[in-house]
Amino acid sequence: MAEQTGMVEKRGVGLWLTHLGLIIGVAFIFFPIWLAFVASTVSQPEIVRPPMPLLPGDQFFENYSKALTAGINAPVALMLGNSLFMALGIAIGKIAISLLSAFAIVYFKFPGKKLFFWLIFLTLMLPVEVRIVPTYEVIANFGMLNSYQGLILPLIASATATFLFRQFFMTVPDELAEAARVDGAGPMRFFFDILLPMSRTNIAALFVILFIYGWNQYLWPLLITTDPSMNTIVMGIKQMFPSGDDIADWPVIMATSILAMVPPVIVVVGMQKLFIRGLVESEK
Amino acid sequence: MATLTLNNVKKSFGKTDVIHGVSIDVDDGEFIVIVGPSGCGKSTLLRMVAGLETITDGEVQIGGRRVNEEEPMARDIAMVFQNYALYPHMSVFDNMAYGLKIAKVEKSEIADRVAQAAKLLQLEPYLQRKPRELSGGQRQRVAMGRAIVRKPAVFLFDEPLSNLDAKLRVQMRLEIRALQRELGVTSLYVTHDQVEAMTMADRMIVMNGGVADQIGKPLEVYANPATEFVAGFIGSPPTNFIPGTLLGRSSDIKIGIRPEHVTISENGSLKARVTYCEALGAETLVHLISADRSKITVRQDAVLPLPVEGAEVGLNWAQANEMNFDQAGNRLAV
Repeated sequence: MAEQTGMVEKRGVGLWLTHLGLIIGVAFIFFPIWLAFVASTVSQPEIVRPPMPLLPGDQFFENYSKALTAGINAPVALMLGNSLFMALGIAIGKIAISLLSAFAIVYFKFPGKKLFFWLIFLTLMLPVEVRIVPTYEVIANFGMLNSYQGLILPLIASATATFLFRQFFMTVPDELAEAARVDGAGPMRFFFDILLPMSRTNIAALFVILFIYGWNQYLWPLLITTDPSMNTIVMGIKQMFPSGDDIADWPVIMATSILAMVPPVIVVVGMQKLFIRGLVESEK
Repeated sequence: MATLTLNNVKKSFGKTDVIHGVSIDVDDGEFIVIVGPSGCGKSTLLRMVAGLETITDGEVQIGGRRVNEEEPMARDIAMVFQNYALYPHMSVFDNMAYGLKIAKVEKSEIADRVAQAAKLLQLEPYLQRKPRELSGGQRQRVAMGRAIVRKPAVFLFDEPLSNLDAKLRVQMRLEIRALQRELGVTSLYVTHDQVEAMTMADRMIVMNGGVADQIGKPLEVYANPATEFVAGFIGSPPTNFIPGTLLGRSSDIKIGIRPEHVTISENGSLKARVTYCEALGAETLVHLISADRSKITVRQDAVLPLPVEGAEVGLNWAQANEMNFDQAGNRLAV
């Protein structure tokens, strides 16, 4: 009981200490991001001259508009668009495919059902990096280098999501499927009218995770896009780094980094409520 | 509204036979209760009529039409499930309207029918709520409403009251029966509760191990059970079974006698020791144990004096109330 009351409310010094601890923690995590933001608002000479500035400068609009419209290899706006398209494609595609395959595995009897499930499950143990060379070969032979299909398709199958939906579908009472059958709903009607709305929170939670997964892809886009107009933002940042004797345009690089963070943050904040509900509760 | 015919209906899962051939002709508007202990195949039988289980052998006819191969939807049935099986994300209205929407019934017609059912079931204030915002009894009513709006030929109930508390169960039992009479829809009702079977059924099917032990009107079944199982299952407290040897008769038979037919008297022919008395107010249940350790229950009027626990008493009954069973449990003609 004693620990429980401690969990619920703390008084006096304990309360202040707790908050102090949390504030230090937040400051610690946030500091590099702050530095990046500061660096994106000052001019190049100010950055390279020690000590590094800790307060924002007056170059905000200059740096950001330069980044968005011109960038270094490609305009950041274009790269953001590419990343957004790829991340959405991966997230939506993964969810659609996983929902359907989980639906098949849970609700239909077919020969080799167990085998297929385990085949899907086994791919959990093979990360992208392991199969990257053969995948590259396949995509290259399909002529999908430097294309959105090439960026999205190889990453679109997801054992994790399939497994998650399978677990969720198995908790849905059988009677619901039977009631739908008695009501005259065919399998796909049941899927769209009943299963899909019931999975709403799970889908939202997965969307957040998968969007960020897609957004953060680095190695794969780096391999298959050679045309700067197909660059994604995460690999784009790396390519802004100077090679050889070029001078790094740090304010623009930092502005790009900050911009690269914005969409995932919007997705997480916007879907936070659904996301947490999807992870902790199953609505039945 | 239609008749329902089961013609030697059988079901096997692989090599295991779970239903060994059940036949019954159900009249239009009749309320049939299938009762039996868990695992006797009563739900399976119902699900075969519903079309949720395949029929291994035999024939099911609804309104004189063979429906063995038809989907549930095409059989013109409606089913009420044990856990109600309401769609959690849909409002009460949508839950009831879903089947009609799929059947492409006109929107105004759907609204009419749902409104009618809601009125009948006193669900009008709740039409826009979600199932999770309703009490157990209300959910039960929604499940009923979903069945009613379809105007089916046959209602199928799969233990619809077992998730309710005792008081509500009694109330809903009456409501369901009244509703069924009003609508006049042929109904098949599965339960493990013999009280529900006794109180609701026009006729009941007592199932035991995949066999219909007896089919008949409740009071007939009660007064004249066909097997030892039926005698023991229908009636609470259950029938007493006394080995023939104890009464100086053949060792091949067992004598069944209902608790209300036994009286305690000093000069009773069978001696037994009182182990416990349950005074229920209007009546008293006296539990006794005989010399061969058979348990016997006597149901007596509360005005009669309570026997002392531990005392040795005599038991008496009229010969006419005896039921004789052979060792296999079949009733013997007297």
